Parts: sequence; structure tokens; C-alpha cells
Amino acid sequence: MKPQRRLRMFIVLLVIALGGGWWLSQHHRAQPTSQEDPAIAAMLTEPGVIARGRYLVTAGDCASCHTARGSQAFAGGRMLPTPFGTISAPNLTPDRTTGIGNWHFNDFWRALHEGIGRQGELLYPAFSYTSFTKVTRDDAIAIFAYLRSLPAVRQANAASGLRFPYNMRSVLTIWRAMYFKPGVYQAQPSQSASWNRGAYLVEGLGHCNECHGQRDAWGGLESRAALSGGQIPEQDWYAPDLSTHANGGLHGWSKQDIVDVLKAGQSAKGAAVGPMADVIASSTQYLHDDDLQAIADYLLSLPARMPPAPVHASFDNQSLIDRGNAVYAKRCADCHGKNGEGVPGIYPPLDGNVSVVEPTGINATRAVLLGGFPPVTAGNPRPYSMPPYAQQLSDADVAAVVTYIRHAWSNRAPAVHERDVATYRHTPIN
Amino acid sequence: MSMRWIIPFAALLCSGLAHADSPSVPDTLQQRIAACTTCHGVHGEGSPASGFFPRLAGKPAGYLSLQMQNFQRGLRKYAPMEYTVRLLTPAYMHEIAAYFAAQQVPYERKPIPPLAPSTLQRGEQLITTGDPSRKIPPCQACHGKQLTGTEPSVPGLVGLPYDYISSQLGSWRTGTRASAAPDCMAQIANRLAPADITAVSAWLASQHVPADTHPQAAGSITPPLRCGVLQAPRGGA
Repeated sequence: MKPQRRLRMFIVLLVIALGGGWWLSQHHRAQPTSQEDPAIAAMLTEPGVIARGRYLVTAGDCASCHTARGSQAFAGGRMLPTPFGTISAPNLTPDRTTGIGNWHFNDFWRALHEGIGRQGELLYPAFSYTSFTKVTRDDAIAIFAYLRSLPAVRQANAASGLRFPYNMRSVLTIWRAMYFKPGVYQAQPSQSASWNRGAYLVEGLGHCNECHGQRDAWGGLESRAALSGGQIPEQDWYAPDLSTHANGGLHGWSKQDIVDVLKAGQSAKGAAVGPMADVIASSTQYLHDDDLQAIADYLLSLPARMPPAPVHASFDNQSLIDRGNAVYAKRCADCHGKNGEGVPGIYPPLDGNVSVVEPTGINATRAVLLGGFPPVTAGNPRPYSMPPYAQQLSDADVAAVVTYIRHAWSNRAPAVHERDVATYRHTPIN
Repeated sequence: MSMRWIIPFAALLCSGLAHADSPSVPDTLQQRIAACTTCHGVHGEGSPASGFFPRLAGKPAGYLSLQMQNFQRGLRKYAPMEYTVRLLTPAYMHEIAAYFAAQQVPYERKPIPPLAPSTLQRGEQLITTGDPSRKIPPCQACHGKQLTGTEPSVPGLVGLPYDYISSQLGSWRTGTRASAAPDCMAQIANRLAPADITAVSAWLASQHVPADTHPQAAGSITPPLRCGVLQAPRGGA
């Protein structure tokens, strides 16, 4: 970006921020509610409601952000890296001083549905209220009831490390105007009940599009192509396109393949890697079969995609591919097969594998470097694993073998460069 | 033979052939844990070329299981290990730990740097009698008379390479290796002078490995310091 443009953008941002701050001071003096509505208070202690809330909290995978590694569940403290700085996930346990012990349901609803905190402050969309706004009020009551039933943990929220000007919450005024539309999910009468349930889970509580969607420079999600894949900022993984039709990331996946990967972590078409492996381990493996079928019904309805730009193998690429072919024969073919066919249920196929052919090459590169286990689930309690090659292969060899598998068999994806491998070799893993 | 018999027989033959087409993957734990054995060796013998990937063979299963959990919790820090074990369940970790604990492979002697005899004497002193003036207990007090470890969760020290021991003691001091509080091993490592680390590591790495490398029985030690790792149920932390 040219310095002049940068300056102009900065001034625009500053004006917006200051204006937003003024507007906020006039309009958002919301006070925390002082008393719980008696009807809601009665629901919050009902065992059935709490149990339903527990299931919904699992479906939303709330624990994964709101738990620091090695610490008590839901007590917050995990620092989430974003392109704008780090944001600390707060304590969701009912501790009165550090958690949500003093919250009433209306405070919670306003946070989840409108992205506004208890003191009326605008919340950063690292808390995915852009998706959670679709959650129904009934489900929100159940979620709140479950959180209130947790053991209280006294753990003060860590300070966020956002850079100027993003550390001023008022900049969110304009961000919200551009990217956020509050509203509970509205069922589409033309679709089946299962499809609507799937849409509700995927677009709402599951907040799948927060990773599987494309973000622009301001961190907003492109609304035109939901679930069409996106690079996860700061983490260096690619969340693939979820369409099962022509040019889609899951092209050729059946309903059963989708259910299998969400339940067991592995399907006949591939195994989950990176952050999706965590999501399966802590969330989707516990979903009821009818909910998994519903998610699959919805994903199967995503439209076909535009064909990607054709990849022309240059002369340089050919020598890279030859080198990669040799590495493949020596290191990979024993398990993944000469033709990238894999072994069903054990080693994923590489031919047509979305993690191999996604646009960036990040996933295949990091899978080669890190190896490891697919999710360990009730459906696959002792999975087979892959050796990490970071210690055994040079950046050039990794680039070669990844370029090879992205170009072999029916795969046609762009080459991966040595310098990219060097970058991903040093991406922090947590 | 009538046609009635030939058709099922032919079908059986064909299905057998179709089966033989797909490679048979051994249904063994060893095959499943390629992610572990590629660095630590198929029998947990450690990396032959460098001393960096430690031996796992014969270490107490409780100790190995606990180390995987510590990597999951971020108490031990080494990115490739943290990534590899991050999603393993307690049951799977226990099975993997038991596999390596049961392996019996000969120890391989690794070279130690040339050091003055006084350094090795200091090392021997720290290991057998400790240094009361600095409140350093002898290593033998917990790691066993033969330094082969103590069930269920104290690792053996004999047969480990010099590089590995000295880097681990360094990690305890910098906090990239830690255990459940009170973290007695971190306290001891911080009482050691840098020269003591060299001395201890060199003496240990220069010792002959006893014929019986099994860890000492559980309950056979009285820890000189309060150790979280020894107090938790089942040696867990």
C-alpha cells in the first residue's frame, strides 16, 4: 500500500472512530439489567434446559476459545491472534467478580444477539456474534442456563493486545454498519425441516463461515460467497470451500462422507487437519446423528462454484514436479498409494483431496511438515498417524513433493514455493 | 464339479483377488504411531544420529503418559510434540506409553565432551550425596539407587545422552519444561550452578547401564522435597 493511501485511510478511520465514539455516547448508554425476569429465572435452573444448553454449547464449541490451554474449562484466558492484535477470550463461568455471575439473561442476549457487552460497550467480532445473532432466544436461554450451572472460577480476564486504532471500540460502529445485521435465523419454508436445522446450525451456532468464508482487509466476511473457503488469519491454515458440487472443495462428497468426517474425523474422502481437527474433537463428534444429517443436507445444497483459473505448468514447475515425484515414491506412496488413492478408513486419499488442492497449498505443506494424528474420536479411537517430515525434508523437498501431489492424478492446483514452506515451517502451532 | 459349485467358488476367488489389490496395513499399534516412531525409533530407542530425540524404551508408562499430558497442557514446550499429542485421548496416550514402556532395546553409548576428572567427581557427588549446602538432594533419592527410575512416574537417568540431560536441566530452569506444582525438579534445577549441569550430565552419560534397567518399585522412595508430580493420584498431575 502506498504511504499516501495509507495516510488517507488512517484519517478516514480516525474520523469515523471519533464520530462513532460521539454517536455511541449519545445512544448506547445501556445499563445492565438489575433483575432477572421471573419466568426466565425459573427456566435457568431446570435440569432439562441446562442439559439442552450443554449440548448447544458443545455445538457452538464455546469452550475452545473460552478456555486457556491447561486451564479450567470456560474460565477464559486464551489469547486469540487477529490481524489487528490479540484479543483475550473472557471468563464465562458464573464467578461474580471475574465471570458472568452478575449477568442476567438480557445481558447475555444482548451480547450474543447484538454484540453489545454488559456495560453497553461494542464487542469485538472475534466473538462471532455475526453468526450467533441467528441463535433463537430459547436456545440462548438454554446456553445461559448451562453457563450459569458451571462451577465458578475466579480468573480475571486478561488485557487484549489490540493496536491503535483498533483498540478504540468506537471503530466498531462503522464495522458493524458494514458487516453486521442482527436477526434470528428465519426458516425457509421451501426447504425441508432438516435443511433448515442444518442451515441454523451452520450459519448460527456452529459459526462455520467465520473460518470457511473469505474475509476482506477489514476482517469482514464477504457475504456473496458464504462457505466458499478462506485463509484463517494468523493461524496459517486454509478452511476449504464446502460446496459438494462442480469446482467445490468437497466436490463428489456424499451425505455420508460429510457425516463421517464430522463424527469420526475421517471419511472415505479425507481426514480433518489443523483447526478442524480440534473442532471435531471438541464439538461435532458429540452432535446427534440427525443434526449431522441436517448439516450435511444443508451443505449439499451449496451451489457449484466458478472454475478456478487454469494452472499452466511452467518449465520450472516440471523440474520441481520430477523432484517431488521422487520424494513421493520414497516417503509417501507406501501409505497414500502410487496413485494417491489412500487406504479406506486408514490413510486418506490425496487424489481429489480438498486439503491437497485448496488454493493456497498451506494445508498440504503443513501436513507434510507436522504429520500427526487425525482427530481421536469415539468413532476412531486409535487412528493411524503420519510422520512429521519437518526434520527430514528440506524446504525445497517439501515444496517439490507438495507441488507434485497438487499436480498429480486428477489434481490441478498451483505450485508451492520454497519460501512459503520456510514461512509455514515457523508458524506457531497454537 | 457342477456349475452350481463353480460360480460361488469363482466369486470367492475374484473377491480374494480384489482384496489382495489394496495394500494390507498391519492392524498394530506400531503401525498406527508412525508419528512417534519416526523420531523416537520403532522401539523407542531414540534418534541414533543425534542425542536430541530421547529414548522412550523402558521408561515407566506413567511417566511417558504424563509427559504427553504436559505437552498438551503447555507445561512442556516443544512445538512438534505439542502438535502431535494435542488431540490424543487419555486412553490412547496410555496405550502408546505402555507400548514404549514395554520395549527392551540395548542402550547405545553416546560420546561425552572431554572434561576434567574433577568435573566428573562433582557430578558423582551430586548424584549420590547431593549438596546439602545448596539444598540439592541426591538424584538417587528419587530416580532410584541404580538411576533406572521409580514407578510410576520418575524417569530413569542412566543411558541418556549428555546433550539430552543437559538441555532438559536447562529447560527446567527456563520454564520450557515444567511439572505439577510444587515443581520440585524446577527448584532443584535452579539450585544447580551451570557447571553442575555439565557435571551431572557428563557423569550420568558416562555410566555403564546396569543389566536390569527396570524402574524401582512404586512406593520405594521418600522424596526429599514436596513434589506435585509424586503426590497426585496415579502419579498424574
